[in-house]
Amino acid sequence: MAEMSGATTPAGASEMTEGADGIRRRDWIHVAALSTAGVGGASLLFPLVSQMAPSADVLAQSTTEVDVSAIQPGQAIKVMFRKQPLFVRRLTADEIKLANEVDISSLRDPQTLTERTKEGHEDMLVTMGVCTHLGCVPLGAAEGENKGEYGGYFCPCHGSHYDTAARIRKGPAPLNLVVPEYSFKTDAVIRVG
Amino acid sequence: MTIRLGGIIAGLAITAVLVLWSLVPGFMNFAFGPAPEQQPSYAFYEHGEGPEGGFSFDGPLGTWDVAQLQRGYQVYKEVCSACHSLKFVAFRNLRQLSYSEAEVEAEAKSWTVPGIDPNTGEATTRPGKPTDAFPMPFPNNIAAAAANNNAIPPDLSLITKARHDGSNYVYDLLTGYGEPDPVKAAKVGFETPAGLHFNKHFPNVNIAMAPPLAIDGQVSYADGTAATIPQMATDVAAFLTWTAEPSLVERKQTGWFVLGFLLFATALAFLSYKQIWAGMKPKKK
Amino acid sequence: MSFAWAKQYEPQSAFTKWLDEKLPLPRLVYSAVGAGYPVPRNLNYMWNFGVLAGFFLVIQIVTGVVLAMHYAANSEVAFGTVEHIMRNVNYGWMLRYAHANGASFFFIVIYLHIFRGFYYSSYKAPREMIWLLGVVIFLLMMATAFMGYVLPWGQMSFWGAQVITGLFSAIPIVGEPLQVWLLGGFAPDNAALNRFFSLHFLLPFVIAGVVILHIWALHIPGSSNPTGVEVKQESDTVPFHPYYTAKDGFGLGVVLIFFTLMVFFLPNALGHPDNYIEANPLSTPALIVPEWYFYPFYAILRAFTGDLTIPFTGIVLIPAKLLGVIAMFGSILVWFILPWLDKSPVRSGHYRPLFRKFFWFGLIPTMAALFYLGGAHAEEPYIMLSQIFTAYYFLHFLVILPIVSQIEVPKPLPFSITEAVTGKDKPAE
Repeated sequence: MAEMSGATTPAGASEMTEGADGIRRRDWIHVAALSTAGVGGASLLFPLVSQMAPSADVLAQSTTEVDVSAIQPGQAIKVMFRKQPLFVRRLTADEIKLANEVDISSLRDPQTLTERTKEGHEDMLVTMGVCTHLGCVPLGAAEGENKGEYGGYFCPCHGSHYDTAARIRKGPAPLNLVVPEYSFKTDAVIRVG
Repeated sequence: MTIRLGGIIAGLAITAVLVLWSLVPGFMNFAFGPAPEQQPSYAFYEHGEGPEGGFSFDGPLGTWDVAQLQRGYQVYKEVCSACHSLKFVAFRNLRQLSYSEAEVEAEAKSWTVPGIDPNTGEATTRPGKPTDAFPMPFPNNIAAAAANNNAIPPDLSLITKARHDGSNYVYDLLTGYGEPDPVKAAKVGFETPAGLHFNKHFPNVNIAMAPPLAIDGQVSYADGTAATIPQMATDVAAFLTWTAEPSLVERKQTGWFVLGFLLFATALAFLSYKQIWAGMKPKKK
Repeated sequence: MSFAWAKQYEPQSAFTKWLDEKLPLPRLVYSAVGAGYPVPRNLNYMWNFGVLAGFFLVIQIVTGVVLAMHYAANSEVAFGTVEHIMRNVNYGWMLRYAHANGASFFFIVIYLHIFRGFYYSSYKAPREMIWLLGVVIFLLMMATAFMGYVLPWGQMSFWGAQVITGLFSAIPIVGEPLQVWLLGGFAPDNAALNRFFSLHFLLPFVIAGVVILHIWALHIPGSSNPTGVEVKQESDTVPFHPYYTAKDGFGLGVVLIFFTLMVFFLPNALGHPDNYIEANPLSTPALIVPEWYFYPFYAILRAFTGDLTIPFTGIVLIPAKLLGVIAMFGSILVWFILPWLDKSPVRSGHYRPLFRKFFWFGLIPTMAALFYLGGAHAEEPYIMLSQIFTAYYFLHFLVILPIVSQIEVPKPLPFSITEAVTGKDKPAE
């Protein structure tokens, strides 16, 4: 290096760094600097990606309390849960009987009514009002709506029929209407989510 | 050449106008007349120093004093909330003040928020839920002004960021009430009108808000701290700093981490740069 | 174009060969900012700021696009959505503070870039087009920054929009209809906020386009350098990569350290507290000021407090308001004719003793003073000082530069860049 004269060209300089063995010296410092920059760049992605996840106010609304005391047998209510409809239905004795008579092994998504309700509240059917086929809202919760061939819910988009336990019986939907996580806070109030 | 000649002429013209204008009185028509006199309020209003010893969150290493924030919340709830809203803060945010989920739920329930009667659809009130924001004490600005001698009590969510040196300002304002110096006030034309209150730390000196912290022990702190006026003022100023910027401590802590990383990365970049340039810049003799 | 000794991209693998035939993008990058771009070997740290400006443009676009996912440009809720970003969105506070302070840093590096250009006369032939495009970028940046500052819909946003659009009302006859048209109303409101948001989103991409032209124009003559002596031979240059990528990487690290200090420890220091108060058309803040990076131009605007009259007759030629607006725009437009005002054959201020004196003891103190005065209250002595410094500003560009370039005896230039660096050089064979 001390030999470097004024006329030394950069090409000459780079020949020197290439060294006698002819390969460019991959000094650890360049590798370290580049990898650190890479780590820094990649960690910038974290806030950029995570900002698209639900924000704190959305997450705070992920639980909903519903007063179910006013629902009469045979009636259902629609409430909002996580910006989606939630069906809460009080089954009549006939509907419970109908649901329990079904041969479980014949079902597409085998579940008993007991598995889909809470102990001591077998008449209270809480399901998402979202068809498991493509996400339409099935009919049957409001008075006078088409309940489908099995007396539960009927999705008009592609003709899925759900029975009185909201299990899929006919049509393209692959699964029963989803029972969200919920618990009875008191006999009258359920806490969903 | 034309550009330069034109430039020189234009430049000389602008300069001549401006210099004559500013130095020779009467050369031009002054659109706004003579410059206004210095506003007397600036001379009269005193900048405060904030609480003695400062705040726990001051400085690059500062953190919240959670007990203080809880006390400050109590002062807000029992004193300020009668007139001032906190509309960008939700009850659920109180979780950050180390209240448990159940405590937050109970706290929310102790507030009354506007609601809708599920049967009739009429406007009514209901107990708060954690997801609700703090309720507005007045239905709208007109009602707020009517109830407060025509001065609208500002929302306090962001007050410490909306004032210069806001945390100290809130403390100073709350402790700045007193009797004006009558001689000084008369001299600068700042006698306190009826209905207003003298406050040496308010930019306008006379403020519509009556002294909110009037006597020691106005609030009974649950943790047994003596509720002197400076203590309450400090606590509520700390609480309002938190409401304005809940991420303040997280921000500084993240900052240290990022800074450490960058110092390391920059040192490596410097070594790498020097290595690549080695021999390219012979020292001049 | 490039120098004869510029290295050419040579694809190695089958894939890169295939790509080079179909879409020679790697070749373009290689020749533009890679080993295929020979750059003078003597650039000092003042030449870092071009790349840094590009970096902050990217930072602003990335954080801006992300913020737009959560912001709503509606005057009823805009302020609240910004608070939503600050309180609820994951890392929203970091993204917003990075965007707000990123604008300031963008202007800091741009000002250093521009003043590098003033000192080393980077605007001179053959680089006039680079300079002109740069001034266009600066004007676009100012428009973008102004409209961005309106979006949070705080008090300064609102009154800034009112005051700046009010400038246009100074134009004779069409002025007031023009202001109403710009705002889509009689005062800033939803219509103005929405169009500002739309344009604030669009303009950065226009800037990016002009930046590409700026770099394209740069590659025709190649980069300038501190001696102002053009590249003569291969020994005057080094390949951009790795020499200047390494140097820019280090420079970036240093600037990011300062950026981090601002974003995480003093995020509101460059902002104004009044913008944390929701816009209120019924109450004006005590002092309306733009963001700090507009201060010099705001000082020039406010320097004109009186009408221009025919002396002692009282006949108004140009009203004060229009005069200020003309001067403010003129103070930047004068940069457009700069290459033709300064005709000195020597570029670098280093070899121009008289020019250098006026730069360090004239232009720089004037800009510093105007920066201070733009943020001060409109009262004496600030008004008089604004007038004096505004006068010098125009005098410097329009009078001093042309005359100095005529009468100055420059110092002897080095034969070549190589000689400037190593102390000796033999003429190229």
